[in-house]
Amino acid sequence: MNEIDGMLLVSLFLIPLLSAVFLMLVPSRERSFIIGFTGLSSFVMFIFSLYIFLSYDFSSTDQFQGIFAIPWVSDIGIIGLNGIQLKVGIDGIAAAMILLTGIVILAGTIVSWKITYRIKDFFILLYILVAGVFGTFAMLDLFFWFLLYETALLPMYLLIGVWGSTRKEYGAMKLMMMLVAGSILIFSAIFMIFTEAQLGSFDLELLATVDYNRNFQILVFPLIAIGCGTLGAMFPFHAWSPDGHASAPTAVSMLHAGVLMKLGAFGIIRLGFQLLPEGAAYWGPGLMFLGIVAALYGAVSALKQTDLKLMTGFSSISHMGYVFLGLGTYTVIGISGAVLQMFAHGVMTALFFLLIGAMYDQSHNRDIPNFSGLATKMPVWSIFFVIAGLASLGLPGLSGFVAELHIFIGVFQAYPIIGGLAVLTAAITATYLLRMFSTMFFGPVSSKWDKLNDMTYLERVSATILALSILFLGLWPSPWIDRIADSIQIGIPGALM
Amino acid sequence: MMNNYFLILPEISLLLTGMLILFLDAFSKELGVGRKIFPMLAIIGSLLSALLSFLLIGNNETLFDIYKVDDLTAYFRILLSLILCFLVIGSHEYNDKKITHIGEYYFLLLTATVGGIVMVAGVELITMYVGLELLSFSLYVASSSLINDKQSGEASLKYVLIGGVGSAILLFGLSMIYGSAQSTFYNDIAINFLNGDFFNLEFLLVGLIFLIAGLGFKLSAVPFHMWAPDVYQGAPTPVTAFLSTSSKAAVIGLLFRLLGGPLLGVIEYWQPLIILLSVLTMIIGNLIAIQQKNIKRMLAYSSVGQIGYLLMAFVGLSSYTLSAALFHLSGYLATNLLIFIAIIIFYTKNKENSLINDFKGLANNQPFLALIISAGLFSLAGMPLLAGFFTKFILFQAIVQNGFLWIVVIAVTMSTISLYYYLQIIKQMYLFEDNDNNCVSKWNLTPSQYIASSLLFLLVIFIGIYGTPFYSFAEQSIMVLF
Repeated sequence: MNEIDGMLLVSLFLIPLLSAVFLMLVPSRERSFIIGFTGLSSFVMFIFSLYIFLSYDFSSTDQFQGIFAIPWVSDIGIIGLNGIQLKVGIDGIAAAMILLTGIVILAGTIVSWKITYRIKDFFILLYILVAGVFGTFAMLDLFFWFLLYETALLPMYLLIGVWGSTRKEYGAMKLMMMLVAGSILIFSAIFMIFTEAQLGSFDLELLATVDYNRNFQILVFPLIAIGCGTLGAMFPFHAWSPDGHASAPTAVSMLHAGVLMKLGAFGIIRLGFQLLPEGAAYWGPGLMFLGIVAALYGAVSALKQTDLKLMTGFSSISHMGYVFLGLGTYTVIGISGAVLQMFAHGVMTALFFLLIGAMYDQSHNRDIPNFSGLATKMPVWSIFFVIAGLASLGLPGLSGFVAELHIFIGVFQAYPIIGGLAVLTAAITATYLLRMFSTMFFGPVSSKWDKLNDMTYLERVSATILALSILFLGLWPSPWIDRIADSIQIGIPGALM
Repeated sequence: MMNNYFLILPEISLLLTGMLILFLDAFSKELGVGRKIFPMLAIIGSLLSALLSFLLIGNNETLFDIYKVDDLTAYFRILLSLILCFLVIGSHEYNDKKITHIGEYYFLLLTATVGGIVMVAGVELITMYVGLELLSFSLYVASSSLINDKQSGEASLKYVLIGGVGSAILLFGLSMIYGSAQSTFYNDIAINFLNGDFFNLEFLLVGLIFLIAGLGFKLSAVPFHMWAPDVYQGAPTPVTAFLSTSSKAAVIGLLFRLLGGPLLGVIEYWQPLIILLSVLTMIIGNLIAIQQKNIKRMLAYSSVGQIGYLLMAFVGLSSYTLSAALFHLSGYLATNLLIFIAIIIFYTKNKENSLINDFKGLANNQPFLALIISAGLFSLAGMPLLAGFFTKFILFQAIVQNGFLWIVVIAVTMSTISLYYYLQIIKQMYLFEDNDNNCVSKWNLTPSQYIASSLLFLLVIFIGIYGTPFYSFAEQSIMVLF
């Protein structure tokens, strides 16, 4: 990747931002124009993100490639020469995450076209969120990294509050306050790192070269892990997540569980592992412990849920637990597994929420025991659901398997007992999913749901994009694995093989 | 030595405009001038003053030994003149509708602005005090200008009584400092204190305590904040806006001059006081704001909390923290003015209950207004892409750099809590429909309202994304102190 690709990275978050600004100027009655415009805009984002993923350069030995920087604040007050720059660049981890965002936003935009209430405002907020997400993945300057990280949180309150369902005011407020409270810790960590490094610069590349004091690393790493972990729904800071997901509108759930939660785990890798490797190594077992607790807790809670969206929400906590489990191993294979799991869970959970939304819009009911025999009423819907479910429980050939395999190998190398518990979690996951399948899809056809129709064509298109990604990663994972492992070896030199 | 009177042209232009307004008001029947002329004149006068101050950047001269014209003065001249200008553009319809003695009202705003500038420019204790009283007296009267409204009178009376006590305390503190330093000139005080040459340590300590308490009254810092909510609530909304922007900015400017100059030599004596004041102000202001149902009271407490962040800059005082604070101050003023102008615009058209519920369903009735209010509130809470994030980030980083991480942690926590009560307003605007029709549906703003609010809105976004020029000018201005 060269500097031109770097400009592409900048445009990647400028496109949604400018689209949002442009949409503000469009009159809200121009519904078809808004649909066309957002379709174009999200398609361009998807193509750009795919191009960036594919043009990753394996021959480069630098940690980041496609670097492109614009000076922003230089040599004023506390800020030293080139202290704050709009600096972008990616490694393999960011490349995978950018592709994930591109896929999910394309699918999310397509299913959101059925929104009738203030569609323009919805897309404005959604695209500000997406700009924040793309920006966080691409940014190599700590100031802008955090600015865009917060930008991704900013529209959540209104997106859930205005367009959400069940207990939306409560869910929105709880989510917003918990996530912003998590930012307090990241804020403090950034201030401490900047002060400790004494470079007068927020440049991540420069900051990564500093050899921080071991005690300092041990002190600051938990701040980042908990701060970012709140967004990644790390146990016990996950309380916002089920309520938030249950009340969010479809596309927001998709983006939120699919991409935004990964932002948290990505933050731990980018700031925690790459800046403070000794701190990460020290706290690895702690991360692993929280990961396995989250995995078990999420799975057991999902067993109890009857609301389909709550079940998926808890299942997300469980799957994000795997991510922290993988990160905690501090081995190349474990961290690769964690990043793969971020991608796999992203597309899979987006598909889940899309399907739940497709049904809820018709039935206004999400209670699992209320349904039966849906496979005859909604065959296409059921097939997609089964694909997502099987990926979730880790069936070979689908995305979840590849990721979980890596994580389990990493964990077994370090702590066999925790590895055993992780496999048990996978079994519990299979239990609640298969039980849900048998209740909802099979059994007698209930006359209550005669009016239910199968998925619309738009939903099918969108679900196909996500299902293909699941299959692709499951059948041919090497494009992902190569990029991720390559970057981990260069970027986190301390990680064990 | 010749004194260069051109250097005080901005103040002269403001004062002359004020005099002209007063004259035209007195003979309005004979001359046949309408009420429309007064806001026009005030806008022209303040724009002229801003322009002249802009041309005077780069000077560094002291007039009569008591009045310093340098970049710090220039910064505050521009700030205060522009605030007045925006405020008049955004609120003249409101004033025309609700205030009877309109000529006097604009005169008072102009003199208050001059007072604010004198506070920052004065480098002698008595000059500074005269400026402060000019500002205070103008506002005492201005806050009673809704003569048919009992609350306005009550606000004014409270403000006079408590402000008077504050002034007395401040004056006593100044006399003690004079007793200790044997001079009222900043330069001499600075030299004496740096040399450890104070007449009597007890005098100095009593003086500092009373000085900071007196200025605390003016700033409405906790525990001297009790007047603020009542006065904010009762005063006409444009005066409230003026109170929470210009008047606070001027006192902060005075603190830059005073604590960064003459009192820098005795920093160890006043630093604990400022730490206490700052922490209390942040915590109590933000916590009490949570339970307010009245929007003006909520904004009063919120601006109390915001003052706490600014006071932090004096905790570990250096050119870094002060320039960051000046940068934050400009972002804060733009944001606060934006919110107040939006509220003034809202109450120009709607019945003024001042309750948060009034804003129910505003996103449907007047989306532009709802957008700028939410942008302003998000900016106050320090959310990104808006001024609050950039300026707070720089300010907090500068303070951490000086070794006060713990106080910044409190500040960031409080800023998160403040998001909660700001969201309460945003919730009313976006999440609810206006079922009981409190609010006039689908009205249009007048061109001047559009100009004032959208310019400020763009400014808030501009500072939030590319605050560099403001930060650079702030640093240049602060450097004259060091």
